[in-house]
Amino acid sequence: MGGNKYNLLKCRPVLHQKKYLDVDILLKSCAKFARDHWNPVPFQPQFTEGMNQKRTAFQKIISVFVLLVFLSGTLALNAQDGKALFNQKCASCHAIDKQLVGPALKGVEDRWDDKAMLYDWVRNSAAVIKKGYPRAVTVYNEYNKIQMSAFPELKNADIDAILGYINTGGAKAAAATAAPADGSAAPDAGESDSNLLYGILTLVLAVIALILLQVNSNLRKMSDEAEGAQTAEPIPFYRNKAYIAIFAILLFLGGGYMTFQGAQGLGRSKNYQPEQPIFYSHTVHAGINQINCLYCHGGAQQGKHSNIPSVNVCMNCHMGINEYAKGPQLYREDGSKVDGTAEIQKLYQYAGWDPSQKTYTGNGKPIEWVRIHNLPDHVYFNHAQHVTAGKQNCQTCHGEIQKMDEVYQFSDLSMGWCINCHRESKVQFKENKFYSIYEKFHEDMKNKKIDSVTVEKIGGTECQKCHY
Amino acid sequence: MKQKKYWQSFGELKNSENFQERTQDEFGEDLTTGDQDNGLLESKAPRRDFLKYLGFSTAAAAAAASCEMPIKKSIPYLNKPDTITPGIPNYYATTYVLDGDAIPVVAKVMDGRPIKIEGNDLSTITNGGTSARVQASVLGVYDTARLRYPLANGKEVSTFDAFDKLVADAMAGTGGKPTVLLTETINSVTTKNIIAAFLAKQPGSRHIQYDAISSSGLLNANAASFGKRAIPSYQFNAAKTIVSLGADFLGTWLSPVEYARQYAAGRKINQKNPEMSKHIQFESMLSLTGANADDRYVHLPSEAGAVALNIYAALGGAVAAPSLSDDRLKKGIQQAVASLKASGAASLVVSGSNDANVQLVVNAINQLLGAYGTTIDWGTTLNTRQGDDAAMVQLVQEMNEGKIGALLIHGVNPAYDYFDAKKFESGLSKVAVSVSFNDREDETTSLCKFAIPDHHFLESWGDAEMKSGYLSFIQPTIAPLFKTRAFQTSLLKWSGDATSYGDHFKQYWLGKFGSQAAWDKALQDGVVETPAAAASGSYNGAALAAAASAIAAAKPAAGMEIVVYPKVAIGAGKEANNPWLQEMPDPITKATWDNYAIISYGTAKELGILVDDNYEVEVTKPVIAVKVGGKEMKLPILVIPGMHKNVIALALGYGRSEKSGRAAANVGQNAFPLVGFDGKSFVYSAAGVTVAKTNETFKLAYTQTHNQYEGRDEVVREFSLVDFKKNPTVLADDRHKLVEDYAKNTNDYAAEGTLYPSHPYPGPKWGMSIDLNTCIGCGACTVACTSENNVAVVGKSEVMRAHEMHWLRIDRYFATFRDDSGADNLDDLNVVFMPMLCQHCDNAPCENVCPVNATNHSSEGLNQMTYNRCIGTRYCANNCPYKVRRFNWADYMGADSFADNQKGILDDSVMMMNDDLTRMVLNPDVTVRSRGVIEKCSFCVQRLQEGKLKAKKANRPLETGADGKWDIKTACQQACPTNAIVFGNVNDKKSPISVIRNEEQTNRVFYTLEQIHVLPNVSYLAKIRNTDRHVGVSEEAHHEAAPAAAGEHKVEGAHKEEKKAEAAH
Repeated sequence: MGGNKYNLLKCRPVLHQKKYLDVDILLKSCAKFARDHWNPVPFQPQFTEGMNQKRTAFQKIISVFVLLVFLSGTLALNAQDGKALFNQKCASCHAIDKQLVGPALKGVEDRWDDKAMLYDWVRNSAAVIKKGYPRAVTVYNEYNKIQMSAFPELKNADIDAILGYINTGGAKAAAATAAPADGSAAPDAGESDSNLLYGILTLVLAVIALILLQVNSNLRKMSDEAEGAQTAEPIPFYRNKAYIAIFAILLFLGGGYMTFQGAQGLGRSKNYQPEQPIFYSHTVHAGINQINCLYCHGGAQQGKHSNIPSVNVCMNCHMGINEYAKGPQLYREDGSKVDGTAEIQKLYQYAGWDPSQKTYTGNGKPIEWVRIHNLPDHVYFNHAQHVTAGKQNCQTCHGEIQKMDEVYQFSDLSMGWCINCHRESKVQFKENKFYSIYEKFHEDMKNKKIDSVTVEKIGGTECQKCHY
Repeated sequence: MKQKKYWQSFGELKNSENFQERTQDEFGEDLTTGDQDNGLLESKAPRRDFLKYLGFSTAAAAAAASCEMPIKKSIPYLNKPDTITPGIPNYYATTYVLDGDAIPVVAKVMDGRPIKIEGNDLSTITNGGTSARVQASVLGVYDTARLRYPLANGKEVSTFDAFDKLVADAMAGTGGKPTVLLTETINSVTTKNIIAAFLAKQPGSRHIQYDAISSSGLLNANAASFGKRAIPSYQFNAAKTIVSLGADFLGTWLSPVEYARQYAAGRKINQKNPEMSKHIQFESMLSLTGANADDRYVHLPSEAGAVALNIYAALGGAVAAPSLSDDRLKKGIQQAVASLKASGAASLVVSGSNDANVQLVVNAINQLLGAYGTTIDWGTTLNTRQGDDAAMVQLVQEMNEGKIGALLIHGVNPAYDYFDAKKFESGLSKVAVSVSFNDREDETTSLCKFAIPDHHFLESWGDAEMKSGYLSFIQPTIAPLFKTRAFQTSLLKWSGDATSYGDHFKQYWLGKFGSQAAWDKALQDGVVETPAAAASGSYNGAALAAAASAIAAAKPAAGMEIVVYPKVAIGAGKEANNPWLQEMPDPITKATWDNYAIISYGTAKELGILVDDNYEVEVTKPVIAVKVGGKEMKLPILVIPGMHKNVIALALGYGRSEKSGRAAANVGQNAFPLVGFDGKSFVYSAAGVTVAKTNETFKLAYTQTHNQYEGRDEVVREFSLVDFKKNPTVLADDRHKLVEDYAKNTNDYAAEGTLYPSHPYPGPKWGMSIDLNTCIGCGACTVACTSENNVAVVGKSEVMRAHEMHWLRIDRYFATFRDDSGADNLDDLNVVFMPMLCQHCDNAPCENVCPVNATNHSSEGLNQMTYNRCIGTRYCANNCPYKVRRFNWADYMGADSFADNQKGILDDSVMMMNDDLTRMVLNPDVTVRSRGVIEKCSFCVQRLQEGKLKAKKANRPLETGADGKWDIKTACQQACPTNAIVFGNVNDKKSPISVIRNEEQTNRVFYTLEQIHVLPNVSYLAKIRNTDRHVGVSEEAHHEAAPAAAGEHKVEGAHKEEKKAEAAH
C-alpha cells in the first residue's frame, strides 16, 4: 500500500547490494534453519536410503506450506477484488438481491446459460443485444430499454471475481445492512464470512492432503511388507514430527493472519450506524424528495469538510413542512415505528421555532449529531478535491445514501480502500484545464499510447497527498 | 599565502580533532542505553527492564485497543454565518501594532481563530514583507499570561460599569492634581482624537509618549534642523552609497521591514549589468545590518560623534573634527567619504545614535550631499517613534514630587524598561490614581491600583498611520477571548461619551471616506495610501556648530565601554513571553532563550577566558561581572568576532517578572538599568566600564554548532562585485566541469551522474531559489515556518542538547582572512547568512536508508516525510548532508493521549505551548507530530495542495508566479521582507523560479554540495559583496581544506596582491 514507483525503483539497487534490508539473506537463513532443525527428524526413520527420504519429507512440508500460502493468498485476493469491483462498477445500478436501476444480480449466472455471452454482455451489452441473444433482449426490454454501461476494461477473471462475490457475499451483505447497530463500532461481518468459507475450503484440502499422506505411507508399508523388508513400529500421527511441524505452521499462519486482521481493523468502523438525536431519513429527503446532496452539504464542493448543515438550513424548508404525512412509514433499525411529525417537532425544539406563532423564540441550540465518518488525524481528506475537481458521486464512498433511513458507514475508509480507488479512478484530464501542465500525458493520449490518466498516474498514491 | 575560510564557530575555524569529534553527531548525544562496560544488567536500561516495559506496553496497547471507539459529535452551527465555511480559512486585512510599530498584515482565520499572519501585499511600504516579531504576534492573542479581567487593587472587578465607577470615584478625589496619560508612540488618527477629547475634559492633563527604545535624539535634531519634530522617509532603494553610523536599520532601527525591502531593491543583481548599492557600516558591535554591510569598521560607542564629524569634515564641512587614533577606522572614513562623494545626492547617511548632537551632524552631512529630496523625503514622515525622553524624565520627577494626580498607562512598562525604574516605582506609589491598560500584569501593571486590559490587536478595531498619508486599518479577527476592553473605549467612557471605540472608529472613517462602499473597500484592502510629493524640507544648520563643539568637547573615556541593544526577535521585551521569538536563534549570536555579554576575542583573552575548540560546543559559559557607574550585572559571555575590542554588548528585553508569563519569566537579565540619560535623551551606551571574570558559569543554548557540514565549506558561495564582473561564469564553469567529469556521454549530469534511474516529473516540479545577496538573515522565515507548520518549541534545556526543531534555520558564516602565520584577522570579517532547509533532493540520501519507506520522493519533486509510518531510526537524519531533519525526542506538542506527561521533564515554556488556549494557534491542516518521528521542511505541502485544488476548482492552469499571479507561496517566501525566497513550478517556463534559474541569474545559481549528486531542488544565488576586499575562498585554500571539492573557483593572480595589501592593516 502506498508505495510509489519512484521509491521502489530507488530501493532496488540497494537490495542488490545487500546492504540495508536484505531479503535474500533473510530467506536463506530461514532455509538454513529449516535444514538444520528439520533434517534430523526424518519422516520415516526406519528407511535405509534415509537421505532421499529426508529430502522428500522436507519437500513435502515446504510444498504444503507453499500451497497453503498460495491458496489463501489468491483466494483472499479474488474475494477482495470481486467486492471492490462490484462496488465500483456495478453498485450504482445493481444490488445483489434488490432491484435498482437494473435487476438484482443474485443468481445471474443461472439466468444466462452461455457464460461467454454473459462476459460479452458486461463488456458491451449493446453488441449482445444486436446479436439477438434471447436473455439479453429480454432483460433489455424488461428494464425499459435502458442500456447497461459498457465495461470493456473488465477481463473474464474480473467478471468471475464479481460473480464470485455475488454468489458468496449477497446474503451476508443484506444481513450486514439489516443487523441492528447499538451505537458502537460493528465488526466487518461480510468479509469475515467469506474468509470463513475459504478457511473451510483450506481445511478440507488440508484434511485430504493428510489422508493422502497417510494412505501413501500405508501403501509404502504394505509394499515393504510384501517385499519382506523390516519395518519399525509405526509412530502415531500426533507424535509424528512432520505433522507437528505442519500443525505449527498452520497455527502460526492462522494466528498471524487473524492478529494482522484484528490489528488492521482497529479504529475502523465500517457499518457504524449510531442513533442520532433526530431520526433524519436520507431516504425521505434525498431519495423520495430528491433533494440534491449539495443543497445541505454544500461545504463538500468548497472545502475539506462536507459540513453537516446548520439548523437554519433545515428550517429553510421546515418552516413550511411541519408534518410527515405522505411518505411511507419509517422504521428504526430495531423495527420500531418512527413518528416523522414528532421528529420534525424535535427539530423545532432545537431551532427555537414556535410553529404556532411562526416565530423564533431565540432559545435554539445546535444539534449534537453523532459523527459517523471519522478519519484519523494524520489523514488529510478534502471533499472538494473529490466532488468538485474529481467529479465523484457521493455514493461512491458513502453508498446509497438516498436509501438509508439511518446513515451507516458504507466504506471501511481504510487506506487500502483509498489507494485502490486512486489506482482505478480517472481524473478529469481533458476536461479540467489544470491538467494542461501534464504535457507528456497529453502527448501520449494524442498518440493513443494511453487512453486515460488515473489518479495514481499523477501522483495520487504518494504519501504526501494525504499525509502531511 | 593568505586564505579566506568560512566558519560558523571558533572550533570549526581551527577544525581540530576534538571539535570534529564533538560535533559529528547531529543530535549531540548518544542514546541512553547505559554504560556498556558494566554489563547489560547494570546499565541504565537493562534487558529485563526492557522486556518488562515491552510486555506492559503490549498489554496496555491490547487493553486500550479493545476499548470501544469513543463517540464523536459533529455539532454544526445553529445559524451559520454566511462568511464561515468550516475548514476554509478567511483572510482579514489588519495591522500589527506594537511599541509604535505598525505593519500592514493579513490574518488567516480558520474556523474563527487567527492562526497565521502574512504580510499585506497591497502596502507599498512593506510590499507584503514581515518580520519575525510580526510573524510571531499571532501567538500573542493566545498568551496564557494575558490579564483576563479588570483589576482594582489586585482583585477582579465583575463588570466594566463597576470598574468605571471605581475609577471615576478615585479620579474625583485627586484634589485637582493633573492627570497624565502615558503611552507608547501613538500613530492612530482616531486614538489621537480620542486622547485629545479626553484631555480636554481633564484640566491640566497631558499626554506623554514614551519609547523604551527611543529615537528622541533624532527627533530633537530634526526639530532643530527642519523645525519639525519628526522623522523623514528614508529611501534606501534610491541610495547608491549607504553609510550607517551604528543604525541597525535592517534589524531594529525605526522601520526595519520597510528599510529591508528598500535595501534589497538596491542589492538585487542584474547579471547583464551587475550594479548594486555600496553599504558601509560604522558600529561598535556586530549588528544584523553590519553583518550585511559591504565594508564594516568598528569604533568605540563614545567615538560615534567623532566619526560623524570626521566624515562631515572630510566631505568639506566647516568643522574641526576630533582626531581618531584607529588607523583602520580612519581608512574606513576615507573610503566612506570617497564613496559618498562619488554618489553625491544618491547617498544616504543614517545614525542610530540617540544623541541629538550626532544626529545634527548627520543631518548636516546629508544636507551637504544633497540627500534631502532624493534619498530622504520630508514630504512623508515616519510616525513610528514620537517619544520624548526629557518629558518622561520630567514626569517621573513630578510623580516623585507628588504633583501628579492620576497616571493612565497604556502600552508602556516603565517599571521594567525605564532606566531608573526604582525612581519610577517610588513616584508611582505617590500617584493617587494609577490605571494600567497593559495586556498582562507586568512590572508596571502589578504596581497600579487599577488595571483594565486592552484587547490584543487581533481582537481590535483601529487604524494606524505609520507614515503620513499611509493608513492601515485594524480589524478584529476573533471575538475578545477575555473580559478586556479597548483602551479607547475606556477613554471615551471616562470623558462622558458612551459610544464604543469600534462604533466611533467606524463613524469617523465612514465620514472621511464618504460612502459605505469606499469604506468597505478600505477595510477589505487594509491599506489606503495617499502619498505626498517628495520634499527636501527646509534645512537650518544653525545648531550644527554647537553640536560639533559639544562632540569635540566630550573627552573619550579610557577603558571598556558597553552598548545595550535590542535584539531582532525580542526588541524591548514586550513580546518576551512569546516562545517562538525566544527560541528563534539570534541572527548574529545564534543563541536562544537568554541574553549575555557579547565580548571580543581580545577581551576574552584579557579576561583569561580560553576560546578553544570546546568553547562553542560546550554550553557552559564563564560569567563576567560588568560594572557601570555603580550598577553591576553578571552575565555569561559569548565571543563574537567583529566586536570592537573594548566593547561589550548586552541585549535588552530580558529578565522579565514572574507574572509576565511562563516563557518570559527568569529568562536572562534586565539590562535597562544600564541605559543612561544625558539630560535630553536616553543613552544606550556607557563608558568607564570595569569588567571582571567571576568563578560562576552559566549555560547558554546556542545553535550554530549543531548541524555541521563536517568540513564541506563550499556550501556558501560568495564573490566580490569586482570579481563577479571580471569573471562572471565561475559557477557556471563549475557546473560545466561536473558535466565534463561525470556526464561525458549525454551531458546530463542529473541522469548520467548516478547509478540510479532517473524519474520523470510529468506535472508540476517544485523548486525554490534563495538569493543570498538579498537575504539579510532577519529570521522572519524561521518564525513564519514555525507558525505555519506547527513546529514545536522545545525550550532552552532541549536546545542545549541540539534538539531544536526549526525546519528552516539560518546558518551564519563568518569569513575571515587567515595570514601566513595561520592567525585569523577577526576584525576584517564578512558575515554570510544562508537559510538552510530541506533541499528536497531528487537523489535524496535520506530516502535510500529508510527501512520503512517513511520518506520517499513524489512525482512533483518533493521529498515526502510520512510521520505515521516513521519508526524513528533516524538513519535519514544521519545520512542527510545538510542536516535539516529534526527528530521529536519528546512529546513537545502534547500529541500524546496522556496530557502533560512531559511535565517536569521539559521546560515550562514548552508546557505553556501545550495549554489548550495556546494550542488554538495550531494549523489544523498540518499534522501535530508525536514523539519518536522525524520531521522536516515539506515545502509547505499543505499550501501546494490547497493551491492546486484552487486551480482545479476554477478549471484553470496553476499560477506559480508568472505575471505576478501566485496560487502558492510558501510561508517563508511570504514572510520574507526582501523577497529573497522565490518558490514555484520549475516545469513552468514562465514562472519566476524558471526565469531566475534559466535566464536571469544563470551566473549566480548554485546548488549546495552539487558535486555529491544529491540533486537538490533548492538553488541559491551567490552572494555578491560590493567591496574591493577579497571575498570567497581562494584556490590555495581549497587544496588544503577540501581537496575533493569540485566546486572551486580561481582567483586572478592580480587579486592576490590586493589581499596582501588588505591584510597589512
